[in-house]
Formats: sequence, structure tokens, C-alpha cells
Amino acid sequence: MGLLSKKDGKLITDPLADNNPITIQVLGICSALAITAELKASLVMAIAVLFVLGVGNVVISLMRNIIPSKIRIIVQLIVVATLVIIVDQVLKAFAYELSKTLSVFIGLIITNCIIMGRFEAFALGNGPWKAFLDGIGNALGYGVILIIVGFFRELLGSGTLFGIPVLGDAIEKTGVYKYGYENNGFMLMPPMALIIVGLLIWVQRSKNKDLIED
Amino acid sequence: MEKRTDKNGYTIIFAVAMVVVVGSLLAFTASSLKPAITENERIEMQQNILYAFGVNGNEGDGDITFVSKEKVAEAFTTKVSEQLVLESKGGKIVKTMTRQEYLDSSDKAKEPYLIDVKKQQANAKAGESRLLPLFVGTSKTGETLYVAPIRGKGLWDAIWGYVALDSDMIVRGAFFDHAGETPGLGANIKQRYFMDDFEGEHLLTETGAFKGINVAKGNADPKNMDKTDYEVDALAGATITGDGVSAMIKADLKLYLPYFQNLKPSN
Repeated sequence: MGLLSKKDGKLITDPLADNNPITIQVLGICSALAITAELKASLVMAIAVLFVLGVGNVVISLMRNIIPSKIRIIVQLIVVATLVIIVDQVLKAFAYELSKTLSVFIGLIITNCIIMGRFEAFALGNGPWKAFLDGIGNALGYGVILIIVGFFRELLGSGTLFGIPVLGDAIEKTGVYKYGYENNGFMLMPPMALIIVGLLIWVQRSKNKDLIED
Repeated sequence: MEKRTDKNGYTIIFAVAMVVVVGSLLAFTASSLKPAITENERIEMQQNILYAFGVNGNEGDGDITFVSKEKVAEAFTTKVSEQLVLESKGGKIVKTMTRQEYLDSSDKAKEPYLIDVKKQQANAKAGESRLLPLFVGTSKTGETLYVAPIRGKGLWDAIWGYVALDSDMIVRGAFFDHAGETPGLGANIKQRYFMDDFEGEHLLTETGAFKGINVAKGNADPKNMDKTDYEVDALAGATITGDGVSAMIKADLKLYLPYFQNLKPSN
């Protein structure tokens, strides 16, 4: 981390592993369940959250000394909703195709509790640069889990990755399907995302015993 | 001591200022971008209608490719030979207008392809007559096709589509889209492997009664070889969206039945 001091670097790397928003803080679970049936959707959501959380954290951090504490949650909500709506409108006007792909994610971004969580826990108490790094770090930590879950759900549920068949053709019975392999349709259902997240938490905690709470 | 930002007066002023700033920012963005957005939506409708006619860039199995933005206006005028507007009331078609007749019928009338299906469905529900747009053109093989718009409800939000029919009401092409179905599940009604299954499916029984097409679970015909089973294979994890597709095909295309019956010499 040549560009960043050791402390700033930790803001990015911590959420990727030992302080991951999904597996440790258990935030943002709803979207991790809803949209991870496909790898492509996971990736798009990860990028969208990266943008909103990075910019939102900076905006909240700049406003941190003037926000009345009594209504701070609602102010945070308005900031994120405004950002998301403006982005949505600009995309609709200048990148219509992309906005069609993103349509459903827009609403999910506003309700993502990671965003509110970072505003409240970090951006309100730190300067803009730190808040920006924190936002990027947490969004990356969120994105990594989304992509891992999306990878397994799409591979085991549909036999494809990014929509490309990798295990052969299920109907024509080629590839692994020739030997009696079947796609597990259950993987496409939201509960399986929870089970995969659970397995990830298990793997992470058995590797790093410090994370286990009494 | 109480901080300045904790005072009630400050809180109220801040809230009011925030509402004014955010409100005007959003209003400004929305109104300045509206023309561009409306234009994009108009182009999209033309692209979707052309897609149902089979006018697109799809060769082999790939993603959906529409006629490009630049070429769509020209393709639309050359491929769609006539835009009819049928006035339907109580399951009967009371009036058939050509595009010109429709444009002359009212000052508010816009191009028939811009007719808002949602509004027309609401009119029909309120007991008024419903306008049914129908686009006539020719397929790649020179056959006359009729494209009708349909609209219904998915799991979360609206779903809609355009279905190309031949004179026997056999599906020759279908396009579906959605406002907010679950990515990877219901949203896959927009995938070609789902839409292409509709091609060749019959809507009418042998006696000419309207039956529709069911998006069926546990379809015994996953390769979709049987075109007269009134079924296409459903998507895993998208039961309610699939049922929505079946329902909108049944409800909306049925209204066109009298028009297709009139195309045939009576026997």
C-alpha cells in the first residue's frame, strides 16, 4: 500500500476479511439472498453498491458537522435515495440499456443496510478521505461475498457461469450430465444463499479463531 | 452544554432546507432529462415490436440484439406495413381503424404504437371500450404477421410483451419484458431460451376456440417439440412470474380473436 498509510490501508482490507459486512457484521443479507442466483447480477450489484457507498460516505462525512443528531437517520436515507434516483435518471437518459439491466437493483441499493450502517458508524465521525476508503472497503467486502455466493449458486443451480454453460447441456445430456449429474434447482432459491453464507462464516471462523464469540 | 445542532429550531430549519434543496435538485434532474428518457422509451417500443416480427440481430443462440437505435425508425416504417387500432367492447370488436383514421379520430391521438396498454386495460375495467393496437407486417419468409401488445402482473411489478401471430393465431415470435422481477429467476422471461419456446405454439383449439398458452411446471416436453400442447416449459424459481405470463397471454390476446375470425372466409 504505497499510496496509503498503514491505517488507511486497513480501512480497505479489514472489511474484506476479518470485519466483513456480510459474514461478520451480518448486514446486507437481504440483497445477498435476492440477487445471487446469477453471477452477472451479483457483479452488477457489487459495482452499484461500490459507487453509492463510496460517494454517499463522502457526502455524509462532509455534512457530519451540520447534521442534527435527532434526525440523522432520515438525513442519511434522503442522501442515499437522492443519489440513487439521480444516477437512475441519468442512466435512463444517456445509457438506457444499462439502466434496464440495473432497474431492480436501484430499489435494493436504497434499502441495503450496509449503506446506512457505514453512514452511521463511520462517515458521521470521520473525514471525507477516510470515509471514502471505508466505503470502498466495505463495498468490496460485500461484493466479494456476493460474487462467491453467485458463483456457487449459478454453477450448481443452472450449470452455467455468466450465462455460459460450463457443465454441458442438461437437456441434450452432454458433458457431466451424461453421467447422471443433475442441476440442483434448489440452489436457485433464496434459502440456499443463506446456507452458502453460513458455510462461508463457518470456514472463516474456523480459520481465524479470534472471530468466535463466547 | 447543548450542541448547536441539537436544538429544535436548528433541526427544523435544517429539515426544511434539506427538503427544498433535495426537492429542487430532483425536480430539476427529472424535468431536464425527461425528453431524452421519453425518446429512449419510444425507440425501445419500436425495437420490441420489430423484435417480435423477427427483425433483429439474433443469429444463432445469443443474447437479445435489437435493431440499432439509428436504424430503428427506418426499419419500423418499412417492416410494419400497417398499424391498426381495434376498438373492443364486451369481448367484441366494434370498430377497426387504420392508423390515419385513428390519428384523425381525436386531437390527443398519438401514433398507435404509443397507445398505453395499461390505461386501456383500466378503461376496459371501468366498463369503457378498450383500444387494441395491432401491427401488421411481413416475416422473413414473406408471411403476413400480426403483432399485439400484452401486459400483466409478475411477482413484484408489471410484465409486458409483444406477440407475433399468423392468421391462424399461431405464435411466430414473442418478446417479454418486466419492470422488476427477481434477477436470475423471474427476470429470465426476457431470455431467449424462454421467449423462443413460444414460437410455433398454437393459441386456438382445432375447433377454433381460444385456449392460450400455459407456462407449465413439470412440462413433459422440455425440448418443446409438441406445439399443440398449449404449454411451454416454465422457469425454475419463477412460478408466479410464469403464471403472470400465462395470464396476460390468455386475457389480452383473447380480445383479438374476433379480428382473426373475420380474416377467414366464414364457413
